Amino acid sequence: MFGKLSLSAIPYHEPITISAVAGAVLLGLVIVGLITYYRKWTYLYKEWLTSLDHKNIGIMYIILALVMLLRGFSDAILMRAQQAAAGASYTILSADHFNQIFSAHGSIMIIFMAMPFVVGLMNVVIPQQIGARDVAFPFLNSLSLWLTAAGALLIMVSLGVGEFSKVGWSGYAPLSELEFSPGVGVDYWIWAFQIAGVGSTLSGINFLVTIIKMRAPGMTAMRMPLFVWTSFFTMVLVVWAFPVLTAALGMLTLDRYLGMHFFTNDLGGNLMMYVNLFWTWGHPEVYILILPAFGIFSEVVATFSGKRLFGYGSMVWATAAIMVLSFSVWMHHFFTMGASPNVNLFFGIATMIIAIPTGVKTFNWLFTMYRGRIRFTTPMYWTLGFIVTFAIGGSTGVLLSVPSANFVLHNSLFVIAHFHNVLIPGSLFGLFAGYYYWFPKAVGFRLKENWGRRAFWCWLIGFYLAFVPVYVLGFMGMPRRMAFYATSAWHPYLLVAAFGVAVIMLGILFQGIQLLVSIKERTALRDQDGDPWDGRTLEWMTSSPPAVYNFPKIPVVNGIDAFMEMKEEGVAYSRPEHYTDIVMPKNTPHGLIIGGLAFVFGFAMIWHIWWLAVLAALGSLFSVIARSFDDDIHYVIPATEVERIENERYRQMAFAAK
Amino acid sequence: MSLAYIDSTGRGSFKSYLTGFMLSLILTAIPFALVLGGTWSSSATLIAIFGAGFLQVLVHLYYFLHLDSSSAARWNMLTMIFTILIMILFVGGSIWIMYDLYHRMM
Amino acid sequence: MTTTDASTVGIAHDEVVEHPDTIEMQTLGFWLYLMSDLIIFATLFATFAVLGRNYAGGPTGKELFELPYVLGETLLLLFSSFTYGLVILAVQNGLKKSVLMWLAVTFLLGLGFVLMEINEFHSLIVHGHGPGVSAFLSSYFTLVGTHGAHVTFGLIWMAVMIAQVAVKGLTSSVQSRLMRLSMFWHFLDIVWIGIFSVVYLMGVI
Repeated sequence: MFGKLSLSAIPYHEPITISAVAGAVLLGLVIVGLITYYRKWTYLYKEWLTSLDHKNIGIMYIILALVMLLRGFSDAILMRAQQAAAGASYTILSADHFNQIFSAHGSIMIIFMAMPFVVGLMNVVIPQQIGARDVAFPFLNSLSLWLTAAGALLIMVSLGVGEFSKVGWSGYAPLSELEFSPGVGVDYWIWAFQIAGVGSTLSGINFLVTIIKMRAPGMTAMRMPLFVWTSFFTMVLVVWAFPVLTAALGMLTLDRYLGMHFFTNDLGGNLMMYVNLFWTWGHPEVYILILPAFGIFSEVVATFSGKRLFGYGSMVWATAAIMVLSFSVWMHHFFTMGASPNVNLFFGIATMIIAIPTGVKTFNWLFTMYRGRIRFTTPMYWTLGFIVTFAIGGSTGVLLSVPSANFVLHNSLFVIAHFHNVLIPGSLFGLFAGYYYWFPKAVGFRLKENWGRRAFWCWLIGFYLAFVPVYVLGFMGMPRRMAFYATSAWHPYLLVAAFGVAVIMLGILFQGIQLLVSIKERTALRDQDGDPWDGRTLEWMTSSPPAVYNFPKIPVVNGIDAFMEMKEEGVAYSRPEHYTDIVMPKNTPHGLIIGGLAFVFGFAMIWHIWWLAVLAALGSLFSVIARSFDDDIHYVIPATEVERIENERYRQMAFAAK
Repeated sequence: MSLAYIDSTGRGSFKSYLTGFMLSLILTAIPFALVLGGTWSSSATLIAIFGAGFLQVLVHLYYFLHLDSSSAARWNMLTMIFTILIMILFVGGSIWIMYDLYHRMM
Repeated sequence: MTTTDASTVGIAHDEVVEHPDTIEMQTLGFWLYLMSDLIIFATLFATFAVLGRNYAGGPTGKELFELPYVLGETLLLLFSSFTYGLVILAVQNGLKKSVLMWLAVTFLLGLGFVLMEINEFHSLIVHGHGPGVSAFLSSYFTLVGTHGAHVTFGLIWMAVMIAQVAVKGLTSSVQSRLMRLSMFWHFLDIVWIGIFSVVYLMGVI
């Protein structure tokens, strides 16, 4: 009846796990209680959960990302604490538990923190930057969100029901095969990735069509804001690389569920084929996380230097070059496999070449700042922190791309230090810069600068404290993923690294405080005219938060930095002669329902509850068909209502100007 | 909504579908006949299989999916070419890497 | 704003801007989906190319495949591609009845293909040549089966479209879906060309 599921799946003998579960359940109950107490369920359901408004979907993505950031960071604290303690022969975690934690940390940070953060910012910003009222497929957008959330929920559930994968975020075969990992952990990992991956692919298609087809008149390709460009190339990577992961995980699933022999040791299976396919997706995935951040930095640098971005065209072409190259370097993740020098040389050189367009970008950012009137706001702090730190991470990457050096450093902590050194500044700092930059646009008030600066310094200093020792440990030969070790020389460095994580924790705490303080002082921090930073691109033309239709009248674009030009010509806030009716998509619960069913399907597959899996699959199929029979999917905002909303906005702006 | 849209992207006529169908039949028959007959050497048969297969894919793309250089199909064409490039990279790269490994382990 | 700016001339038509062509976007979006699906098939083809000769002491393709049977499957799929072309022609001429008729014919041809494939798989498995025997058979069953699953999904979609044409008539959204199903159906035929060439024909020579 319930497949492999029984009460013994609850890990009540693991005090750390069970207290985390209890905490999470308690927090959930408190939130549910508060929503019930304030009678917000209807509001939540109607305005958020079933919403097709790209801005609401974006905000929900970012909330998901921040929650998962806390989860992934808790894992980081545990790992650092374990390794710091292990040197003094204490132990916090069992080896089994430690393995689950580093697997969860990687999986969560990449798929359920950085990805939703990226897609969330795109959702909030892209339609506004291209002068559109929505994305191309609003329903698909909501579906993507709920599929991603379903995957995230599966990982969260693995904490309290059963176990998570112990084989790392990359799930290398044959360790991830049934023979060596008979538990449900790998299955949790597979289905969480698979369901979220489908959501990401759909997002990719959605944003590509949005950017290709829905730009405002006059916005030719070479007038698109840089964030739109980098998002475009990111989504090309998503659409063309994610299917490889889907297929590779599918084959691993068949190995585990139907006894096939793709990646097993026996009967002709080839484990290196799994590694090959995983990184065929895995390397583009790294650029899926970094390219959008490059776009954010470009927007931030131009805005706060008060200058047009230096070398716009070279920025676009550099991004295109990085996109294409990132498809052709995947083999550098397994140089030590034993391929012949020709193969290693090809992929080594391809990897080194990526440094060139990336260097072009770095110099463009620096030249944008050169002789600009720089305003040191929090988004700018993150950008500067990124440029300096990323340059170091990039250099160690070039070092690793030399196959002969790679043979020495492979699987050591040097690799860990390198990819945290590129992903934390390169992706996370960018996402934070975007979070501070667009927060007023999405929510309507700015975040307190003082707490933001404190958080930044904690993050930056904490980062160096946490990862410079890890580089050193790599050179000292410490392998990655060690629950215990007997080399006492490593211990001092691991203590420093643990201290660094504590400093980062302080940074996260300050960000939390910043959010609370800003909410409390929201009237003082209110963004009255929708343009708090003297912005250059179209998203600053709308009110903050924007009306559901974003633009009462679609703007006409005459150049790069369209909004800045309008302001200079004094026509930015000129009102149209008359307003017209606006057609918008109606909210629908189908995305939420299918996401829920996907979660049930995943859970049933993990625990071999076949009847439930069939029911959930049929349910989502039926849901899609039901949606396709519904033709009444739009509603009209009459011109008079648009006029009323706009009058209100201009009244507020006039009031603020006094 | 008028039928104008269908006319712009699905420019099919009975004649073109029939032509595509006939060409496909021929291009299917040739490799099957060669393999079943077994008269050619295996490398020549291999080349014929790939040649006929490649041609038939082009026939399908042109006559059934109406993929050509017209402006209506511009993005379809562009993304198709990109997909083919990526496929060559992925499939070719994988085969290169794995066969290289295979020979090193012999 | 300078009114003489060339780029603003001729794009003041509100109607064009306010209502982007949703059908055109759906077509492009669906095409992009097909491209990503093609990458899934490319991955499976690559895996077959790498593992397809790892028989592990089990049977080879030469011993298992019956080419005349495969030719039969191929012809069913090819005929169904042609009859789906006739569906589109009927849509263009607004002939609801012949749309329904050719959809039904295409459905039956597709169903014939799926049944033949199920029969093929079934007889392989009962003779002890299931997907767990060797890496060759794993990659064979997965590649061919993934295509078969796509065709099955296409059949479900086609059944839904038969219902929608009957109930709603040839509305613009129904027409748009018929167009996308057409793309899907022809796309599957193209993938099949790859399968019979690489898996069956190459497996036998």
